[in-house]
Amino acid sequence: GLGGQGVGEDSFRVWERTFCRGSRPRSPRVRMRFMLLFSRQGKLRLQKWYLATSDKERKKMVRELMQVVLARKPKMCSFLEWRDLKVVYKRYASLYFCCAIEGQDNELITLELIHRYVELLDKYFGSVCELDIIFNFEKAYFILDEFLMGGDVQDTSKKSVLKAIEQADLLQEVRARDDEEEEQEE
Amino acid sequence: MSDIVERTLTALPGLFLQGQPGGGPAAAKAPFSSRLGGLVRGVTALTSKHEEEKLIQQELSSLKATVSAPTTTLKTMKECMVRLIYCEMLGYDASFGYIHAIKLAQQGNLLEKRVGYLAVSLFLHESHELLLLLVNTVVKDLQSTNLVEVCMALTIVSQIFPREMIPAVLPLIEDKLQHSKEIIRRKAVLALYKFHLIAPNQVQHIHVKFRKALCDRDVGVMAASLHIYLRMIKENSSGYKDLTGSFVTILKQVVGGKLPVDFNYHNVPAPWLQIQLLRILGLLGKDDQRTSELMYDVLDESLRRAELSHNVTYAILFECVHTIYSVYPKSELLEKAAKCIGKFVLSPKINLKYLGLKALTYVVQRDPTLALQHQMTIIECLDHPDPIIKRETLELLYRITNSQNVTVIVQKMLEYLHQSKEEYIIVNLVGKIAELAEKYAPDNAWFIQTMNAVFSVGGDVMHPDISSNFLRLLAEGFDDETEDRQLRVYAVQSYLSLLDVENAFYPQRFLQVMSWVLGEYSYLLDNEKPEEVINRLFKLLMSDSISSETKAWLIAAVTKLTPQAQTSSTVERLIQEFTVSLDTCVRQHTFELKHLHENVEVMKNLLPVNKSCEDLVVDASLSFLDGYVAERLSQGAAPYKPHHQRQEEKLSQEKVLNFEPYGLSFSSSGFTGRQSPAGISLGSDISGNSAETGLKETNSLKLEGVKKLWGKEGYLPKKESKAGEEMEASPAPLENAVSENMDQAGTRRDQAPVLAQSKEEKEKQLLASSLFVGLGSESQINLLGKADNVSHKFRRKSKVKEAKSGEAASARDLTCSSLHSPSHVAHEENDYLTALQDRGSAEAEEFPLGSELLDPESVSELPVVGKLSDCALSAPSLFADSDMEVFHPPSSAAASASAAAPVTAEIALASSFLEETTEDVRSGRVEVCSDETVTMSSYKLWKDDCLLMVWSVATKSGSELKSANLDIFPAENFKTSEQPGCCLPAAEAGSTKTFQYRLQVERPFTEETLSGSVSYQRVDTHAVQLEFSVNLSLLDFIRPLKISTEDFGKLWLSFANDVKQNIKMSEPQAALPSALKTLQEKVRLHVVDVRGNEGLLACRLLPSTPSLLHCRVHADGLALWFRSSCPALPDCLSYQCQKAIEGS
Repeated sequence: GLGGQGVGEDSFRVWERTFCRGSRPRSPRVRMRFMLLFSRQGKLRLQKWYLATSDKERKKMVRELMQVVLARKPKMCSFLEWRDLKVVYKRYASLYFCCAIEGQDNELITLELIHRYVELLDKYFGSVCELDIIFNFEKAYFILDEFLMGGDVQDTSKKSVLKAIEQADLLQEVRARDDEEEEQEE
Repeated sequence: MSDIVERTLTALPGLFLQGQPGGGPAAAKAPFSSRLGGLVRGVTALTSKHEEEKLIQQELSSLKATVSAPTTTLKTMKECMVRLIYCEMLGYDASFGYIHAIKLAQQGNLLEKRVGYLAVSLFLHESHELLLLLVNTVVKDLQSTNLVEVCMALTIVSQIFPREMIPAVLPLIEDKLQHSKEIIRRKAVLALYKFHLIAPNQVQHIHVKFRKALCDRDVGVMAASLHIYLRMIKENSSGYKDLTGSFVTILKQVVGGKLPVDFNYHNVPAPWLQIQLLRILGLLGKDDQRTSELMYDVLDESLRRAELSHNVTYAILFECVHTIYSVYPKSELLEKAAKCIGKFVLSPKINLKYLGLKALTYVVQRDPTLALQHQMTIIECLDHPDPIIKRETLELLYRITNSQNVTVIVQKMLEYLHQSKEEYIIVNLVGKIAELAEKYAPDNAWFIQTMNAVFSVGGDVMHPDISSNFLRLLAEGFDDETEDRQLRVYAVQSYLSLLDVENAFYPQRFLQVMSWVLGEYSYLLDNEKPEEVINRLFKLLMSDSISSETKAWLIAAVTKLTPQAQTSSTVERLIQEFTVSLDTCVRQHTFELKHLHENVEVMKNLLPVNKSCEDLVVDASLSFLDGYVAERLSQGAAPYKPHHQRQEEKLSQEKVLNFEPYGLSFSSSGFTGRQSPAGISLGSDISGNSAETGLKETNSLKLEGVKKLWGKEGYLPKKESKAGEEMEASPAPLENAVSENMDQAGTRRDQAPVLAQSKEEKEKQLLASSLFVGLGSESQINLLGKADNVSHKFRRKSKVKEAKSGEAASARDLTCSSLHSPSHVAHEENDYLTALQDRGSAEAEEFPLGSELLDPESVSELPVVGKLSDCALSAPSLFADSDMEVFHPPSSAAASASAAAPVTAEIALASSFLEETTEDVRSGRVEVCSDETVTMSSYKLWKDDCLLMVWSVATKSGSELKSANLDIFPAENFKTSEQPGCCLPAAEAGSTKTFQYRLQVERPFTEETLSGSVSYQRVDTHAVQLEFSVNLSLLDFIRPLKISTEDFGKLWLSFANDVKQNIKMSEPQAALPSALKTLQEKVRLHVVDVRGNEGLLACRLLPSTPSLLHCRVHADGLALWFRSSCPALPDCLSYQCQKAIEGS
């Protein structure tokens, strides 16, 4: 029949999809896609992307996800199905910590991963609050990078993470003092 | 984090106004004096987005000036970089600073470098071109003696690194595996893990070193190496079975608290490590009893040790349950795991409940009774205020759907669907509903209505397969004709009433489905005139909301209906309206309609009613254009070069050397027009079938002894039991309930005293009874009796495919005389080989004449290469683009020059040839025509150099046949010549007369009918003439071509005409040998070579037009690539091969 043509075209597209899927370069599968920190007012405080994402797409995702998470009621589940991802989030005071993982990953351990990060921040800043992260976001990034490497937990020992950070900080301070001396000499 | 004091931004401006630090511990640390502090302060003080934009733009332009000024110090640069990061975080473009971030990482001192690296990791992504500039810096820092610098370099490498530059750093990082500091070793392992993810081949050689890392004395390094192992085991679990013992030992140590306390997290030893190990064990033990046995102990211990004190233990328990259900089952462990799932499901904490549902969803595939145990909780979750809980519950129900509970479950899913707005959820749910509906639909009305809902909601976002599958189902039908009819009638009625609704809006995809169904099947309605259907379609066509794609569908539907409704003014209006449409496609369709409309007879022939599944015979080789092509060529036009050849030529100009002799690159062009009109052959559904396999397992599980709480009619109470919760609480199996079957349960329920239950409770229990029906042991028995006619209502009709595969044969049957005996038809359907094998005894007698004698050699043994050249000359029409060079393989000495020569003189040698001719191939004999006096039969003799048709006319009475004459009508694609010597003087008592004709192909074709007439003189009366016809397939003229792989390669390159074809297969890897065998046997291709998952085959079209086939197995099926010197041959061959493979 004539109308069969339409169905044929469809299946051609199906073929194209299934067939071309194999040839497309495989994107490395990262267990964690990204981590976001944002405030109750919807201000982004920190973003870490573990899978290459275009700038435009990032902005869109951040905007959408913030909306979804902020609309959740307090007693609701900390997990969220969003697009093809699982989002695990938790609110600490005024800050939301939010991780996007793959659906088959363990949500509960991701929640603990967030908590461990908060503990690390807390230990480093000494009773951390949102302001610490706003003004010292680069430090928050350093700690995150020391804790998660490419989205995977690097070390479960709190002590060694902080030791590494402090080591670098120490150098920083020594260096800063040197700099000041140099300037004075000049 | 209770100790975090909430200080919201509303308090910020007040703090800033104090000017001096001292507003609390946090404010004290905030560097108010810094530029960043100023910026942050400025931004937070603003009230509107517009103001913010203005401020940031100012900031960015000042930053731009600063960073590009040559005098800017690295210290300032560092400070600028932090501000740039801040601006980017707010969503502004700071790309001008990217290059400076790289410079900073390169030139700065430690702390500047650190910020530089951070900025790079935040600004750039893996494939950013600027990243190449960082490679040198990384190499330098990796070689640094400063640990911090090495750490930074390793960190950046594991975050973003260009794949092609991996070799530059790989040896340096490998060295770091032996570094004395564990932090360096750990980071090096993780960097290598990253490389393994993006370029696994490049790190293959260091697998031994990974083993060393696994045995590292530092726990951190060992833990890091588990990332790599998890990944590698996921890809190939069989390669790492020997490590099972090591992983088990490590897990034992971790669980037993042997690690440094440092690694504890809330008093739980190294939870991340535990989870990683559990995952690895799950993969290793899957479907492997021996490996699984090694880990039962430690899994048991993990379950036992995990005291439910903290969330993290639940996380470990969840993983542990997952692993227990993944590995080879052990009942004792499964029991414990099931209990554990119960703890999750019944937990008041919502996160744990969610995970409980998720675990249930995973395990119901193995043990559906678990769902029964938790049915009340599941019912509650179905109405949970949190959509994610609902969603997961539906996912669980989807896995336990059967033909008895499908309506309730689909209804629940539809309810959820109507509330959802998120595209991903809609697409996902709609796919599942469609799948369940197709699989378990109880009746036609329900099926159509459910699909209507699917199309209305899923509309244009859903997977296109859904509508294609639906139409296919409708078109192909099932095994029951009346059922087909009813379904189609219902669909048509449903759509007509939907279209009559005023102001209703339907998605385009739905309208397309409607128009196809109405076009095909509205003839089934007696009360509906086609004119009125056309009117409705026309109304739609004129609506503004219709896309041009849908318009094409609508016009196609109208076109199909037009021959049924001769007098429709609407059609003329439509033609008037759309022949001037601006849309080319719509205009084209309308013009087709217009011209067909002018010739009703042609239209009726072209658009027969209810023939959507029949194949159209398409002249895919476009042979009708040959004349035009020849004319153009003679006028000096350049011969056509197919896409791949043009590409190859282009490539060969660009590259000096091409090391690959040829490679398969599939362009879509090769596939157009290759599908059957309904596109069925290629469009098999790719939607996830995990549930299906899961359900299969479900059905095969033994469910005896399961506590049965709910029957078809509802709750099955124990006589003395008071309420449902008691049953849940008591673990002892309820003997009565178990022994009851459904019917008894029903009656008992009537007799049972009415329990004091709230109305709501009752509703829930009713729902439960309808949801979980079919999961218990008794209903299993019921299912066994019922399943076949209920659950597979819409099982695809299998005969469609069969009919297709045997298409050639059946087509032949149609043209053959109706008198022939069925057994012969069946016989002819067999392929050559069976004909050959069967030939041995009985049939040999059926062929009384010495036609076999004419075969000097057996077909299969004859080397034919030597004849390539003369055939090229003898059949010039085969080479439409004959200006190209044809490669002629060296003639073989074994080639028999006399093959083609008449051998009539050798009749005397008949007996001596008999031995050899047994290897000769021919078809079974088929009766082609007869009258009261004579019967005429024919068979084909597939000789090496030609096809020999043998007709024999025999009188029924055995009386003498006088002067019989055979006349073959000229055929288009081949020429016939009478084989001398065949006209043996009235053979065997004169009752039989035999004619032999030699057939040569003029040009390739797929199917062709050869007709002729036979006239004879009866003894008593005058001449009688009988007409007959025989169908010929291209396969009758295909012979194996025996060449070497080397010659294949040369020929391949010299041929310009090609066709590519892709055949879907379920298990392509296993299919290659059988596919090759099929091609060898059925299409008579010669297998030249088989290498890995590729096969080379060759054949020739008689007399000797070579054609080559390269087939390769890939993930989805078999890719065929044909090449030949003859333009039309690949196309025809491809069709035959596809038919052969799909029919096998």
